[in-house]
Amino acid sequence: MKTVVEPPVQVMSGNEACARGALAAGLTFYAGYPITPSSEIAEELSRILPKTGGVVIQMEDEIAAMGAVIGASLAGARAMTATSGPGFSLKQENIGFACMAEVPCVVVNVQRGGPSTGLPTMPAQGDVMQARWGTHGDHPIIALAPNSVAETFELTVRAFNLAETFRVPVILLLDEIVGHVEEKVRLPESVEIVHRKGPDAPPAKFRPYRHTEDGVPPMAAFGRGGYRFHVTGLAHDETGFPTNNPEEIDRLNRRLNGKVEKHRDRIVEVVREQLEDAEVVVFAYGSVSRAAHQAVREVRQKGLKAGLLRPRTLWPFPDREVYELRGHARTIIVPEMNLGQMAHEVEWALRGACPVVSLCQVNGQALKPSLIREAIEQAAGR
Amino acid sequence: MQDYAKYLRIEKFPLIFCPGCGDGIVLKAILRAIDRLGLERDEICMVSGIGCSSRTTGYVDVNTLHTTHGRALTFATGVKMVRPDLTVIVVTGDGDATAIGGNHFIHAARRNIDLTVILYNNWIYGMTGGQVSPATPTGRFASTAPYGSIEPNFDIAALAAGAGASFVARETVAKPLLMDRLIEKAILKKGFSLVEVMTPCPTAYGRRNKAGDGVDMVHYLQEHAVPKARADLMTPEQRQDAIVTGILVDRDLPEYTQQYARLVETLRQPGGSPA
Repeated sequence: MKTVVEPPVQVMSGNEACARGALAAGLTFYAGYPITPSSEIAEELSRILPKTGGVVIQMEDEIAAMGAVIGASLAGARAMTATSGPGFSLKQENIGFACMAEVPCVVVNVQRGGPSTGLPTMPAQGDVMQARWGTHGDHPIIALAPNSVAETFELTVRAFNLAETFRVPVILLLDEIVGHVEEKVRLPESVEIVHRKGPDAPPAKFRPYRHTEDGVPPMAAFGRGGYRFHVTGLAHDETGFPTNNPEEIDRLNRRLNGKVEKHRDRIVEVVREQLEDAEVVVFAYGSVSRAAHQAVREVRQKGLKAGLLRPRTLWPFPDREVYELRGHARTIIVPEMNLGQMAHEVEWALRGACPVVSLCQVNGQALKPSLIREAIEQAAGR
Repeated sequence: MQDYAKYLRIEKFPLIFCPGCGDGIVLKAILRAIDRLGLERDEICMVSGIGCSSRTTGYVDVNTLHTTHGRALTFATGVKMVRPDLTVIVVTGDGDATAIGGNHFIHAARRNIDLTVILYNNWIYGMTGGQVSPATPTGRFASTAPYGSIEPNFDIAALAAGAGASFVARETVAKPLLMDRLIEKAILKKGFSLVEVMTPCPTAYGRRNKAGDGVDMVHYLQEHAVPKARADLMTPEQRQDAIVTGILVDRDLPEYTQQYARLVETLRQPGGSPA
């Protein structure tokens, strides 16, 4: 029997890289529902997962897919689902359940034009604020935004590790460009896999929602090792059972929401390009950051001191990294394929220290380098 | 005399159920069934939605999962697919399963995934104060049907059967010892097994419909319950207010986790797949 060896360097789409990254990260359960432009992720995993002995299932709707992912994770699986805008809206209630019950999982949103049915086959970045606040109530969330096929592979792995480390749903925000563009990827020999914190006490003494020092409770799996515990979306105490006690409720809310904030330095990642002497800084993420990179290169060739601050993490928002710019940057330009969702965060982070130009494009087209270049030139006074 | 105490989280008592509620009877029937089957607590995962029925998971000492309204079957599907060796029991209500959860209900039945579903049918949304449900009989009163419901109500057992369930049974809390036998059979059956249990809600349904207290409502169930064999001989008029009980469907159909395992096994063979 001939063994097929995968070439280390391949050309693939972002969606495919997401599927491959998930598998490399130890994905054992995928539940999904078809929605353009994310369906390739489900299609790829439908092909590969059964061969690995993992579970892949197309559920009856987006809500069901999210529910199944949570059930699977509680039973010990590393679980993921993928969708786009309309499906992301449907999933919100169950995403909130995963936040409240602290269930590790990865939710991919390959963003398309919105609102509503919008533009199924065209890119946008209109869900970035929803990724933070889509579900009701005060809740923690982590959201990552890769800008290339290779980075999609890498950040999918990271998404799993962050979800398992912090017991939180991690939203992986692609857009239709990143999802569909085909680029070269060098597949790593191996990736680092972080496992969820196991139980820290024997079953009789185990508290599934213990208020630990680092804010993340130890986690057991249903039906393993004799740990039986109750999981509910109701406000609960350390035992996991519902409570009406004001102190317990307050404690839960603060620990839940604090656990991501507490570790933001480990979670937040930004890429800095030519920022040291930059007078005009572009803050861009996702596919737009590719155009921004090009624009910055072009203006630098003309002697303009521009730079790029590119967040790979959208939530928690890299507020400190933005605030650092105030010393030398005279203008921050935020190009986005939405009506300024992150520009607001950038402004807030700067606390008025320097002007922000919100460069918005919402016509379903790719945001071009020329648009950003013109904005940089205008800001630089040329 | 069965001792099923080990399955109870007795420290969580008293139950939140109202005086006269039938849910405690159903809880005990479930415990008798799992005790008679000799199931280990660690081998059971009980998943519930939202409603009075769904608070049951707080009281049972097994792996318990209290999910979002209508979605218990989806979480249960995830658990069962990852751990097909666990006995997964879903506890839900008429509103939870057939209104908001309707889509998941018919698809879990269609897949015939090995779940045992205990559906508490009290004809109302009890927990939230008595709103109309798809099971509220036409003409009956509810807080959101103050002039009487103008909607036809579901035959929930027929819905499950039509969707592809391999085992469908119905019983009332007037016959608790028959109920636990049905639950036992449902657990043993490999496939989507539904036991619809008719249970009174005197607080929300009973008061509005002048149905009396818990005891009166159990008497009503007792008087209107008709075993299937007898119901089959009745005319439609005679069957009008009958609650048909017993095993309504019991057939052998491919079960989902087994079909999936078969697929995985096929792919493992050399030359097993063109994809």
